[in-house]
Amino acid sequence: MTQKTAPKTEDIELRLFLEAMYSQYHYDFRGYSRASLKRRLVLACQRLGCPTLSALHERLLRDDKVLPQLLDYMTVQVSDMFRDPAYFRALREQIIPHLKTYPSLKVWVAGCSSGEELYSLAILFREEGLEGKTMFYATDVNGNALAKAEAGVYALDRMALFTKNHRLSGGSGSLSDYYHAAYGAARFDQTLRRRTVFSDHSLASDSVFGEMHLISCRNVLIYFDRPLQDLAVGLFKDALVRKGFLGMGARETLRFNAHSKAFADFLPHERIYQKQGDTSNPWAP
Amino acid sequence: MGTLISIRHLDAVVIGTSTGAIASLSRLLPPLPRDFPLAILVAVHVPADQPHSIASLLQTKCRVRVKEAEDKEPILPGTVYFAPPDYHILVEDDRRLSLSNEEPVNFSRPSIDVLFESAADVYGKHLLAIILSGANHDGAQGASAVGQAGGTVLVEHPDSATARMMPDAALAACPTAEPVSLGDLTDLLLSGGRGLLCRP
Repeated sequence: MTQKTAPKTEDIELRLFLEAMYSQYHYDFRGYSRASLKRRLVLACQRLGCPTLSALHERLLRDDKVLPQLLDYMTVQVSDMFRDPAYFRALREQIIPHLKTYPSLKVWVAGCSSGEELYSLAILFREEGLEGKTMFYATDVNGNALAKAEAGVYALDRMALFTKNHRLSGGSGSLSDYYHAAYGAARFDQTLRRRTVFSDHSLASDSVFGEMHLISCRNVLIYFDRPLQDLAVGLFKDALVRKGFLGMGARETLRFNAHSKAFADFLPHERIYQKQGDTSNPWAP
Repeated sequence: MGTLISIRHLDAVVIGTSTGAIASLSRLLPPLPRDFPLAILVAVHVPADQPHSIASLLQTKCRVRVKEAEDKEPILPGTVYFAPPDYHILVEDDRRLSLSNEEPVNFSRPSIDVLFESAADVYGKHLLAIILSGANHDGAQGASAVGQAGGTVLVEHPDSATARMMPDAALAACPTAEPVSLGDLTDLLLSGGRGLLCRP
């Protein structure tokens, strides 16, 4: 009977490991989806030569040089420019007309990883003539990823896909207008990030900032468990202006979220939500 | 004498397949009744930009509910959940599904290994894993994880599968895996996993 309820050794190790990481380094992964996190930590143990998570735990506590490497395993950095072109086309055709009515704009790319989505939005806003009145905020918990985002340099062999995606998103020019190629890499036009603030920010432990008109957070919340998803969407709700927009990943939904009622399905197929007026205030328009 | 395979107290079924998937799944899933007592989680390798998903194709042929998995969706009986193209699916401790955009595994996203290993971790011996026709070795490591956790692994017989590489690899990786015909697999599922399967 006790056998049935006793937690598995690996689960105990994982819980203790995450507590240690939080206590010592203030990185809070305790609310991450366990199945995927376990997988990535098994990989980290293999690559870092630790037979068990307890061994990696010991190393994490004594050797802070292992932390950046670990963060690269624990955060998923997989993205493409204009990934899911239909999402960017929907922004271009149906969200931009709303944004054009504001005198100035703030856009938050939450969990920007190595920056593919940030540059996609910066290009889209330039093409739609909104760049000059927009401030972009690109945040992530992983410092290595943020540095890559700031550099804006990607492998040249990814440009074929990025170019195709850009065209399918309704891009007016050619993507090659925005980068130059050298030494097998594509370096994106540095003026694209002139209006971007890059910042270390955790959706798990940091608070809200800015009055955002658009938050794009795609394929980030899938790595969170439901309580942390609730917390993050609560942050987005507080950060958005009334009638501001939240864009999510193609397979993400607010349906199981505690704050789902605060948002309207603006473009359900493209997973673009709009923050509702304050329903508790009868005088709010 | 045949081998008797007894499968009782199942909580879920996981299926992995690639080349030949539509032919095999079109025989396995349509006979299942609307009130089928188990959840079925499926990872199929498909190109990410295919306009018609395999889930919507099978929806029209099946009586059980067939859908693409959504993130943090509860896993319910009588439902077949397909991994959406270009995402891994994993099972969480609270019996919900998670999506993941991690790197492809065995050149595949969704990867069968990723689904099977997480399901083995949560369901242990109460899991039935099925490898159908396929043309790479994804699923072999996952099948082995299911076997090690005490679950049951059945493999579409390589001789009758459209592509035999995936069944062969799973049989080689998992010593407890048994090759069976699609007909026997269907009969076993129709018994809700509670029946005995007799192989000649």
